[in-house]
Amino acid sequence: MLTVSELSMRFGGIQALKDVHFSVPEQSITALIGPNGAGKTTVFNCVTGFYRATSGTIRLAATEGGHYDLIKILGTPFQSSDLLNPTAFAHRLYYKLFGGSHQVTRRGVARTFQNVRLFREMTVVENLLVAQHQQLNRNVLAGLFNAKSYLTSEKRALEKARRWLNAFDLLDDANRLAGELPYGHQRRLEIARAMCTDPRIICLDEPAAGLNPNETDELNGLIRMLRDQHGVTVLLIEHDMSLVMDISDHVVVLDHGEVIASGDPWEIQNNPTVLEAYLGVEEESGETE
Amino acid sequence: MFITALKEAIFIGIPALLLFGPVTGLILNGYEIIVDWQRPILLTLVVMVGRFLVSLGSSTEKGKHILESFSRKRSANVSVSTTQTTLPPLAIAGILCVAALLPFFLGNYWLNVLILALIYVLLGLGLNIVVGLAGLLDLGFVAFYAVGAYGFALGHEYLGLGFWTAIPFGAGLAACFGAVLGFPVLRMHGDYLAIVTLGFGEIIRLVLNNWMSFTGGPNGVSAPLPTFFGMEFTSRAKQGGVPYHEVLGPIIGIDYSRSARYIFVYLILLIVVSLMVIFVVRLKNMPIGRAWEALREDEIACRSLGINHVTVKLSAFSMGAMVGGIGGVFFAASQGFVNPTSFTFFESALILAIVVLGGLGSTIGVITAAVLLTILPELLRDFSDYRVLIFGLAMVMMMVWRPRGLLKIRRPAFKLGRSA
Amino acid sequence: MDPYIIGQQLVNGLILGAIYGLIAIGYTMVYGIIGMINFAHGEIYMISAYLTAIFLATLSMVGIDSVFFALTLTLALAILFTGLYGWAVERIAYRPLRGSTRLAPLISAIGMSLVLQNYIRLSQGARNQGVPAVMEGGFRIPPSGSEQFIQITNIQLVIVVVAVLSMAALTYIMQRTSLGRSCRATQQDIVMAQLLGVNTDRIISIVFVIGASMGAVAGVLVSLNYGSFDFHVGFVTGIKAFTAAVLGGIGSLPGAMLGGVVLGLSESFFSGFVNTDYKDVFAFSILVLVLIFRPSGLLGTPEVEKV
Repeated sequence: MLTVSELSMRFGGIQALKDVHFSVPEQSITALIGPNGAGKTTVFNCVTGFYRATSGTIRLAATEGGHYDLIKILGTPFQSSDLLNPTAFAHRLYYKLFGGSHQVTRRGVARTFQNVRLFREMTVVENLLVAQHQQLNRNVLAGLFNAKSYLTSEKRALEKARRWLNAFDLLDDANRLAGELPYGHQRRLEIARAMCTDPRIICLDEPAAGLNPNETDELNGLIRMLRDQHGVTVLLIEHDMSLVMDISDHVVVLDHGEVIASGDPWEIQNNPTVLEAYLGVEEESGETE
Repeated sequence: MFITALKEAIFIGIPALLLFGPVTGLILNGYEIIVDWQRPILLTLVVMVGRFLVSLGSSTEKGKHILESFSRKRSANVSVSTTQTTLPPLAIAGILCVAALLPFFLGNYWLNVLILALIYVLLGLGLNIVVGLAGLLDLGFVAFYAVGAYGFALGHEYLGLGFWTAIPFGAGLAACFGAVLGFPVLRMHGDYLAIVTLGFGEIIRLVLNNWMSFTGGPNGVSAPLPTFFGMEFTSRAKQGGVPYHEVLGPIIGIDYSRSARYIFVYLILLIVVSLMVIFVVRLKNMPIGRAWEALREDEIACRSLGINHVTVKLSAFSMGAMVGGIGGVFFAASQGFVNPTSFTFFESALILAIVVLGGLGSTIGVITAAVLLTILPELLRDFSDYRVLIFGLAMVMMMVWRPRGLLKIRRPAFKLGRSA
Repeated sequence: MDPYIIGQQLVNGLILGAIYGLIAIGYTMVYGIIGMINFAHGEIYMISAYLTAIFLATLSMVGIDSVFFALTLTLALAILFTGLYGWAVERIAYRPLRGSTRLAPLISAIGMSLVLQNYIRLSQGARNQGVPAVMEGGFRIPPSGSEQFIQITNIQLVIVVVAVLSMAALTYIMQRTSLGRSCRATQQDIVMAQLLGVNTDRIISIVFVIGASMGAVAGVLVSLNYGSFDFHVGFVTGIKAFTAAVLGGIGSLPGAMLGGVVLGLSESFFSGFVNTDYKDVFAFSILVLVLIFRPSGLLGTPEVEKV
């Protein structure tokens, strides 16, 4: 589904990622773990297009076969070879002008953020409607004159919002402001909102951070539901090891910007390198719970 | 308690005296100085008494309560409801009727003031899309106003455009300007955008001022008077039409009146403003309007949802520019003449003041602020010198105490079925 | 092209650049520390021009005739009082807005700018004001009787000397004193600096005062050089100085100075050889182009967006 290879990222003189490589199988739950500052969020930002990786490739399998190059979409610098190849030049120009992280989302990669980013002064429903922006009838004239296509498109969007609110048990909050919801609900709303973009792979950045054990359990069920009922591939960063070991099919361990191990949860738990990198981290994960 | 209040008053009095002293007490007269020791002392006393009262007030229960209501509210006062407007339909109809009948009872002077007020309503609505909804601070909004006004005046001079063709032409031209200027600029974040738009505004004004051969430079260009189905609102036809009193005179028996052209412009403007209000209110609840507000709330989240922030910003920018352009056409039509002095930065700041004082994003607030801010200075002639000073102070105070406006913000509620 | 004309434009450009650089410091320091454009900074410079005229006239009224003494005293007083205005602006219009949306401080700054302009207009009158020519004379290169020459006035020399001295003093403060260290720490990471016991509110106030003082020096020098000003001068000069700050890389002190000189030189050459009417258009175009193509400026580092 998603293949990351030789991914490197530099910020000025700091090498944040070095030859990161892993792949995410279709319809799996893959966890990205590692000590603080290992570069997990940087990997996320590269995959979802918020950072342009210094080198390496990120490929996303396309539904109709083949794959998308998620770095090219962000707009790459012009090369001298483009002068001879007008199509390549046109592509590059197009992505320079219109490319960016939103294009990555449109290819089917959705994400949430470590510190929840909701439209706080809009209602919960509106948050979900904004997420469906690409699928709606955006014609201003159609909207102005209440054209039929516009009304049906709005209706469909509301129905979809209702479905996802129902799935995430947020229906009672539908007409409240997103910013005034309890923290646990905000976390769930953010995932529901990401799901409204119809992603094939969803990247969750520490979804259990700040949740109490009950809420974490619920989240566990929800993530499984996404995979089992909606066929979505899940990539997640998480510090809560019990959650990670419980739901992941596949775990990738990062340390100092490099992948030090990957495999199924049992393998990882018994991998000496990982234990070494994590020495003392047991107490830390205890704090976050 | 009394002593502490006094102490605090003196504590603030010393810097106040130092601030006011040289600037208000020593007045330049050529290379000489006229000493006016009363002004700084008076100003300082005002500050000290104010501070004293606040200190004293905050030590009593009742005073605390009063001060509390003035304290800073960071979050907006938002209510979610299914009704869309804050005014009942009957009140709206009433206001419209009064507004439509008003010009027949007013002299030319006040008619002009009203026309100006409506133009500011239009400009306020336009800028409100950009600043209030999309959260993009545009300090060069006057540029689009100028494009509309000059588009009409120059379009008439070089292309022979009439008033009615000029409205879509001015609107389209301003929207194109907005799009062309906006595309490279809208990638940058908030503060830079403000400064760049400010730069654009000044560039356009300076070009209008210096390109003598095309725009007439500081002398300006004249704009034709509006016509209506070939009828002209002058005593004798000048643009190849027929004077209105020769057409309508025999039918409904009216004579030529000098205010007819103003009444005509006013009524057309009233219709355009009403349509624009409906347009803006509708836009807010359409996908594009939602995307604008979402962008104001969190740009990064928008990008993560597949929304192209640049094109969405661009749509807000050029939509605002379009409204500003229409305002410009009406300005040129009502004045019959345009020159660059009407399009200075001050004008941009004034429109921004309208949007800020009306409450960012609130349509009713912007309309009220635009009307008040144009009519009040006319009523309070004696204070006209202090007008801008008060605008500025009000802007600062609004940001300090009520950054989201005085009115309650309403958000639409949606009905969702419980089961599938 | 005539080497003398080029030389003359070089001199004019450097003078202009020194002034822009001095004002740009106020923009760059404030931006560096709290990430906002202090839109009212241009007005601070304008106030300093008025204060210069007021103090010079007052000093001559009380009978101080020594030019050197009068100028030094005026400079000191202007710095003191303009600094006070910088402090007051921050206290009234910016400090209460800390932690607010990005838009709020900018709007508040524009409001403050309107207030200051009209405060001066109402208290000093709308007409042009001026400073008498306190220091005349200059010299020419080559010195005697030739048709073509480069003229350098004594005031221009004073401008260069004072500008260089104040920039040196500022660099010393920022690099060598504990105050400068606190400033730089606050600029790097305001929360961390606070945790380590730096009174960041005080540091921000001090930065505003320093910025205003530099603006004050510029105001004094410009008034002496050009002699005349009104309450509008802050606006255009303010944007140009901001352009200089952006050109050099906003947030960077050497950048502000470099940007000032580059902008001063290019503006002076543009008006000398291309067109005087469009020199403001030229400066604003530079601003727009730099922000589009190289927002980090000549010496700044590109910002990494925090997600």
